[in-house]
Amino acid sequence: MAEAAIHTSALQGPQGRRPKSLLSPRRIVIYGLLLVAAFYYILPLYVMIVTSLKGMPEIRLGNIFSPPVEVTFEPWVKAWSQACTGLNCDGLSRGFWNTVIITVPSVLVSIAVASVNGYALSNWRFRGSDLFFTILIIGAFIPYQVMLYPMVIILRTMGLYGSLSGLIVVHTVFGMPILTLLFRNYFTALPAELFKAARVDGAGFWGIYFHIMLPMAVPIMVVAMILQVTGIWNDFLFGVVFTKPDYYPMTVQLNNIVNSVQGVKEYNVNMAATILTGAVPLAVYFLSGRYFVRGIAAGAVKG
Amino acid sequence: MATVTVRDVVKKYGELKVIHGINLSIAEGSFVVLLGPSGCGKSTLLRMIAGLEPISEGDVLIGDRVVNDVHPKDRNIAMVFQNYALYAHMTVRENMSFALDLRKAPKDEIERKIAWAASILNLEPYLDRYPKQLSGGQRQRVAMGRAIVRNPEVFLFDEPLSNLDAKLRVQMRTEIKELHQRLKTTTIYVTHDQIEAMTMADKIVIMRNGYIEQAGSPLEVYDNPDNLFVAEFIGSPSMNLIEGRVEGGRFVSKGGTAIALPAGCKAGEGQAVVLGIRPEHTHPDPAGALEARVGVVEPTGPETHIYFELDGRDICAVTRERTGVKPGDPIRLRLDADRIHLFDQASGKAIR
Amino acid sequence: MNEPGPGARGNPFFRNAAAKIASLPMILTALVVFVGGTAWTVVYSFTNSKLLPKLNFVGLDQYRRLWSTERWVVSVENLLVYGVFMLVFSLLMGFVLAALMDQKIRFENTFRTIFLYPFALSFIVTGLVWQWILNPEFGVQHVVRSLGFENFTFDPLYNQDIVIYGILIAALWQGTGLIMCIMLAGLRGIDEDIWKAARVDGIPAWKTYVFIIIPMMRPVFITSLVLIGAAIVKVYDLVVAQTGGGPGIASEVPAKYVYQNMFYAQNLGQGFAASTMMLISVAVLVVPWAYLEFSGRQRHG
Repeated sequence: MAEAAIHTSALQGPQGRRPKSLLSPRRIVIYGLLLVAAFYYILPLYVMIVTSLKGMPEIRLGNIFSPPVEVTFEPWVKAWSQACTGLNCDGLSRGFWNTVIITVPSVLVSIAVASVNGYALSNWRFRGSDLFFTILIIGAFIPYQVMLYPMVIILRTMGLYGSLSGLIVVHTVFGMPILTLLFRNYFTALPAELFKAARVDGAGFWGIYFHIMLPMAVPIMVVAMILQVTGIWNDFLFGVVFTKPDYYPMTVQLNNIVNSVQGVKEYNVNMAATILTGAVPLAVYFLSGRYFVRGIAAGAVKG
Repeated sequence: MATVTVRDVVKKYGELKVIHGINLSIAEGSFVVLLGPSGCGKSTLLRMIAGLEPISEGDVLIGDRVVNDVHPKDRNIAMVFQNYALYAHMTVRENMSFALDLRKAPKDEIERKIAWAASILNLEPYLDRYPKQLSGGQRQRVAMGRAIVRNPEVFLFDEPLSNLDAKLRVQMRTEIKELHQRLKTTTIYVTHDQIEAMTMADKIVIMRNGYIEQAGSPLEVYDNPDNLFVAEFIGSPSMNLIEGRVEGGRFVSKGGTAIALPAGCKAGEGQAVVLGIRPEHTHPDPAGALEARVGVVEPTGPETHIYFELDGRDICAVTRERTGVKPGDPIRLRLDADRIHLFDQASGKAIR
Repeated sequence: MNEPGPGARGNPFFRNAAAKIASLPMILTALVVFVGGTAWTVVYSFTNSKLLPKLNFVGLDQYRRLWSTERWVVSVENLLVYGVFMLVFSLLMGFVLAALMDQKIRFENTFRTIFLYPFALSFIVTGLVWQWILNPEFGVQHVVRSLGFENFTFDPLYNQDIVIYGILIAALWQGTGLIMCIMLAGLRGIDEDIWKAARVDGIPAWKTYVFIIIPMMRPVFITSLVLIGAAIVKVYDLVVAQTGGGPGIASEVPAKYVYQNMFYAQNLGQGFAASTMMLISVAVLVVPWAYLEFSGRQRHG
């Protein structure tokens, strides 16, 4: 009953022509092409890892594709705790914790708000509710740049500009279209009788939401979480615009470390820092597999 | 237990009127079935009684209280839905106690009521299971259990059996009826299945296009349909209908077949009418007055349905005899004269 | 489904009061941020706001200045080149990969994992990795030269004429996995009987794809097109990380121009005019799609 509204038919069986034999010339071409493509996709990850494990002398002498002769974890340590951005030299760890502090509440708040929206839109429609929803969906396509400055003014008026709460508001607002769509579709696909039964049983707006809808929405919650954790973790623009340097998220700090013009370039440290920044969304991706595919298929609209 | 009164109730969706001023009174403790084809407004009416749908005009009363603006939870009703509407993440016990928990009923009272409902519905072994671990019939019983634990004044059933297979449906029909006889709670039951309506109801309310066509006991509506719609809708195979007019005290079909009318018939001379006769009152009889040719023969076991053509219309006769007729055979038919119904052709109303 | 709250026929404002209050964040977002914010930006793009927004209307002055600024013109040219190639290659690679994946291959999950993982990474990470790989001193150029091809030159990030292609390589790496996934879902959505019928009719596989499958996947292609299009216009982080807009201004893009003017150059009016141009370009793309998608077809729900 509680199947998700988004079908990922990508997970069903393949439909192309059946192979005649295991290794016909046609098969060889297919696998050959796939392997070439796989090489292109996997290469950067490989290069990142091997570079981060080499010492600088080895990088200067060797080539970036060769595996490290002497494995060293020093670049990782340095990236985490010593790399400099401007005058601060306490490494990427500060950005990491900033991102954690930004991501956790932003994910929770944005999902809470959007799930209530989706619930109201599918079960408690009122005059104009569909109009607001349409605006929201159209809004998903408006370039952020158009709304950046008005958002700055709004936050300044609320006294939240530059603060953590302000950034949470920004993520909630700009994450709202896709998440609301996700929850609305999911709740609409649930049998309407469930809602009616709960009404007759005596539950009101919030009672139904907390007792019936939330427990049934676990699958879509997971999808929404994945979407938001990766999306907010990877955000750069909002981090730059809406926070002060003290609160810069990891992506911003990473960019500042790598692209700083001062000092000697330490490519191994840069790559270690890059992997560290990508580590959390990558972990989410590898751990969630199927849900991730479903999440991005739904979240594709986000662009 | 309470009466339910529906007074001049209208339902509009914008400009579209789907219920056209319905009046209905339901006696305390009775079992009323709202019957009709899909789109007739029966479910809408039920939902308005439940408070799940706002009432555009008119009043709904439960007992003496106008409940138009009363929240569903405060109407003291319970409702069973077509697809059970069980909460998938709750056990059978939790499903049944949900409404009571929301009312903050005392723990021991909840326990007692659940034990009572479970024993009535034979659900004791399943109390800690989840809905997905139950069969269709068991789920239906849980849905009913959820309704009865609340001890409501009115039970509302919205096509509760249509998701079950034929055999289970018959069984659950009996169970619902037994339950009603035991609890004597006023019950309103929506269905499009006339067998369900006939077997369960104290009173059937037949609806079409947002109007009530007829209301009465099952046998009343079967034996004395008020109009052509009811005549055709109730009964299977449905009533045979022949168009014609009244001439010289007899009915003459368009094809010229003459049928004697019972004495005291109120049809006027020359009036365009439709003659109705139920299949079980149409008998193959060598001495019969009508002559026809057999089309299709359908033996069902206890009885045989013989279809034949009369004036270009298919007419059915039901017989318990083993007649041995075959398609193409000529056949003579006799109609039970006192079982003939006449309807005005223009208005469709019964002529009595 | 209109639900009567208590007082269903009372003041309509209080009907569903809880739902309305709960929807306030959505209503405010839609009206204040999306409608209000967009309108605000458009209106202020006709003013000469500098450090602070001021309602001092100057007509189309900002737009005239915009289009006579070299940085903006370069940005737009870059976006066009980047956009065209991004569209073509995303669709092409996405579809070919999906078609290959659909040949009942082994290790399908492994391949999908490999093709899709870059999408989980941020544009910053993407830009920095490819900046490193394309670094002429250490990266691809260096490696090929050390193999004996002394004159081999491949330094897109340091060559004004081809820098945008360097960005393109990174963007395709990051984004094609998603398109592949969508395309694959589209392929799987096609009735297997189509394949059987084509086979019985003796149509070769490639012809089946070109003349039957692709036309049947039209909605999937349109969705992909819109997604890629909207993402193209927004491209920002990638350029910041990979080239910073350089060498010189060779890889500037409109989103960066907006940011630059709004938050660094204190030239708000220019920023607003530029972002309004971005809005128009998205509208040109999305409006026809929305029209095709939603007109005639009744919306679900």
